[in-house]
Amino acid sequence: MRNIVNFLWKNNFTILFLILEFIAFTLLIQTNRFHKASFVSNANAMSGGVYSAYSSVTDYLQLKRVSEEVAAENAKLKSASSLSFIKMRGKHVYIDDTLYFQQYKYLSAKVVNNSVHKRNNHIIINQGAEQGIKPGMGVISSKGLVGLVKDVSAHYSAVVSVLNGNTQISVKLKKNNYFGIMSWESDDNSTTATVNKIPSHVDLQVGDTVLSKGASTIFPEGILAGTVSEFKAIPGSDFYNIKIELTTNFNNLSYVYIVKNLLKTEQQELEEKIEENND
Amino acid sequence: MINDLPKIAIRFVALILLQVLVLNNVAFSGSINPYLYILFILMLPFDSPKWLPLVSAFFLGLSIDIFTSTVGMHAAASLFMAYSRNYLLKLFAPRDGYDPILSPTIQDMGLVWFLSYSSILTFLHHAFLFTIELFRFTEFFSTLGRALLSSLFTIVLILISQLLIYRKK
Repeated sequence: MRNIVNFLWKNNFTILFLILEFIAFTLLIQTNRFHKASFVSNANAMSGGVYSAYSSVTDYLQLKRVSEEVAAENAKLKSASSLSFIKMRGKHVYIDDTLYFQQYKYLSAKVVNNSVHKRNNHIIINQGAEQGIKPGMGVISSKGLVGLVKDVSAHYSAVVSVLNGNTQISVKLKKNNYFGIMSWESDDNSTTATVNKIPSHVDLQVGDTVLSKGASTIFPEGILAGTVSEFKAIPGSDFYNIKIELTTNFNNLSYVYIVKNLLKTEQQELEEKIEENND
Repeated sequence: MINDLPKIAIRFVALILLQVLVLNNVAFSGSINPYLYILFILMLPFDSPKWLPLVSAFFLGLSIDIFTSTVGMHAAASLFMAYSRNYLLKLFAPRDGYDPILSPTIQDMGLVWFLSYSSILTFLHHAFLFTIELFRFTEFFSTLGRALLSSLFTIVLILISQLLIYRKK
């Protein structure tokens, strides 16, 4: 017994190191697990507060670009509104409320912190649990896909951006609906991503548009992801390796929309039922 | 040592803010990022009790982690660095030990000593950090390259900061 105490005392430096390192790795593994809220949530009030103060200063530098983007989007929405259409024929107009059911709701949020240079990048936005944000919701910008909510605190959320090694989003080609998986690999930079699993017999051209597939409950169908910048068939497999140019510019991202899928639980329950039956 | 405590505490907060608000937004050619905050661990006095570098490195790393949504990563890397620092200091010790009046700076220890001391520890920290950031070894060489380039960047910043703060004696 005394030997053990002696041994521990002699090596207390190493033991302290091992204990602290163990704590650090426990935290690391816990928070890396998707959807797992931890006691040191990475979207917590302290870091969010500091970042808010910081971005309230830097926001001024971006105002011009942001207002241009808002104006462009307003113009697009205005041209899509019913006021900009004239009635072509017929005296009666049917308005059938049960024909359309709203599936997606959007909530605007401001980016308070954003990284693009790491292997796994995150974005902090200023909307949280009190605004109804939940982990697993999709995030888009006016230009395209942005990421996935990972963690929420009362007023902030942490978003796993597309520029993250763990990202996998199902996408499809606009022109023929073939679908693949978009990920961010080690040779991608902050403006590109990789699409795999598109069969190599598909006719593909540089400049083709890639959209979100909308099969999962996260993103609506047809949100812009990027355009094909280069592609090659992987030797010995039936698939392409496609590099795409992302439409969202992560380097100056300042406003995003959080997508709330009103039918999410319904779809998930159905999918779970099928899986149970298969077992 | 005791007299230095307020100075050390201020340095702790200042380096975290500098790292989080300024340096995390700085990057050369995409993925090369400086991590100047480790200067805190480098500059802890020679006569600080053994537990202090470990505990302060842990909380230093954790503070950075909270701001970068990578809880545990910087803490683990800083801890590893503080642990290695102990043995490196022993390895680099002058024949009759360190003079407690001196601190680990260019002015007190000379350029060669400081450069080898800081560059080894910086590289250890960065290599450890980038490896656990990936959590796998498949991209080993690209990770090592990133660690090397980022280390260079950090070391240059460390030298500049040393020259700025300690120009006059």
